[in-house]
Amino acid sequence: MRDTFVDTTTALLADDPRTALVLADISAGLFAPAAGRHPDRVLNVGIREQLMVGVAGGLALTGLRPIVHTYAPFLVERAYEQLKLDLDHQDASAVLVSVGASYDRPEAGRTHLSPADVSLIDTLHGWTVHVPGHPGEVAPLLRTAVAAETSAYLRLSVLSNDRPLGIDGALQVVRDAGPGAPLVVAVGPTLDAATAALADLPVTVAYTNRPRPFDIAGLRDRGGADVILVEPYLAGTSSRVVSAALADRPHRLLALGVGRKELRRYGSADDHAHWHGLDASGLRRSVVDFVSPALH
Amino acid sequence: MTATTTTAAIAEAAAPLDGRPPVAPLLERVRAGREFGTNVYSTIDVLQVLYHRVLRVHPTAVDDPDRDRFLLSKGHAVAGYYAVLAAAQFFPADWLDDQGGPASRLGDHPDRLLVPGVEIGSGSLGHGLGLGVGTALGLRAQGRLEPRVYVLLGDAELDEGSNHEAITYAGTTGLANLTAIVIDNSSATHGWPGGPAARFTVDGWTAATVDGRDHDALHTALTGHDGNRPHVVVAVVEPKEG
Repeated sequence: MRDTFVDTTTALLADDPRTALVLADISAGLFAPAAGRHPDRVLNVGIREQLMVGVAGGLALTGLRPIVHTYAPFLVERAYEQLKLDLDHQDASAVLVSVGASYDRPEAGRTHLSPADVSLIDTLHGWTVHVPGHPGEVAPLLRTAVAAETSAYLRLSVLSNDRPLGIDGALQVVRDAGPGAPLVVAVGPTLDAATAALADLPVTVAYTNRPRPFDIAGLRDRGGADVILVEPYLAGTSSRVVSAALADRPHRLLALGVGRKELRRYGSADDHAHWHGLDASGLRRSVVDFVSPALH
Repeated sequence: MTATTTTAAIAEAAAPLDGRPPVAPLLERVRAGREFGTNVYSTIDVLQVLYHRVLRVHPTAVDDPDRDRFLLSKGHAVAGYYAVLAAAQFFPADWLDDQGGPASRLGDHPDRLLVPGVEIGSGSLGHGLGLGVGTALGLRAQGRLEPRVYVLLGDAELDEGSNHEAITYAGTTGLANLTAIVIDNSSATHGWPGGPAARFTVDGWTAATVDGRDHDALHTALTGHDGNRPHVVVAVVEPKEG
């Protein structure tokens, strides 16, 4: 996904003089050709994340469209007040693109884990959040985000589904168990594990790579009495959105995702998926417990 | 110096030279009988020199892409700012009444969406210089080489580490269209040994440290950039009381 991001951004910088890129050393080498061609619009401020977002706000105030990129915890968590004040409060907007989603690099430990990023972005108003599930989704999502006027967060991951799906943000049903069946909404790279886990269960599985704004209409259209969220970031991040969307209906909601507890374990992304119950076996166990305990 | 004598000095310095209303009565209108902190009076002279003699801004062209930008980073120094903007006719003087009221556009910190001529919303310290660096970079990237970006901070505000990210980056990359102004009223809790200017010059800024009440000295300092490097003006005023 990062390679696609670099190629697409490099092309956008060449095509649109309104586009600018702000970096804080991360990925700077990959953007060296673009920096050589557009030294005034490819700006690496060094390891200064507060400044990186402040600069993006200033660029936007002069009419440019900044793309801001670094590791997720440093982009969203370290510079959160700059997102709130230097972008939103100024009525300035930017496209944030992170790498290092959740446990993409677990051997680096807690400092490089970022399961809370989407929750934090979700405290802001009017942001679009894109969570691509395949490298093939990255270019059109990025182009869409940059072409818009509002702020967006594009969350890249090393984890991926086998094939790309559409990018219009609508819930896409990938497996239909018929009217009234429990609805599983898998976000981004969780889809393949969800479909593998639930292949023989009577549940509808839908996909989205745009959790904000959440496809409320699609949810109301497809949702039965039971809704199961599978998100690759903090469990429960989208619970409030689903609950509000279904407030007028009796329903139950199970929100699966990354846990809050610090595990203090290294290992691989697969290990962490297992520990957080987001691998196929964990998802199956949680969904069966929720939908039909008798199936155990 | 008491607030009363300072106000008298301001009134004398602010006599209308060009048909615009003087600042001092407008400041009194904002004050509305309240007691101002010294931060208001520490900033008023620099603001007057900027708006009368330095900034290329005009109330009829607040969106002109080639205007100079003035970013008030220490957003609490707002009373004098509002008075100066009203004197320069960016908004009607009657906005100054009921500052902070439910229908007022003028808060205790300025909001760029509510007040014509205000370039940034500020209040949380340490945000203006980063926004100023980005504004200067954005102007340069679009070939707008005439406008200059001025950011006003306080010496205590320099405590915020975000300023030092901006100072070092702007200095080492030679961001020539940026001027920082530090009002030094000795209010930083742990001080700046050697003076605030040293924090900038070590990274390649040019600097002038002047009497923050001397309008001609301020004017000379505020127009003293060399065109190749960012410039800082440290305006020294009487120490904050208490």
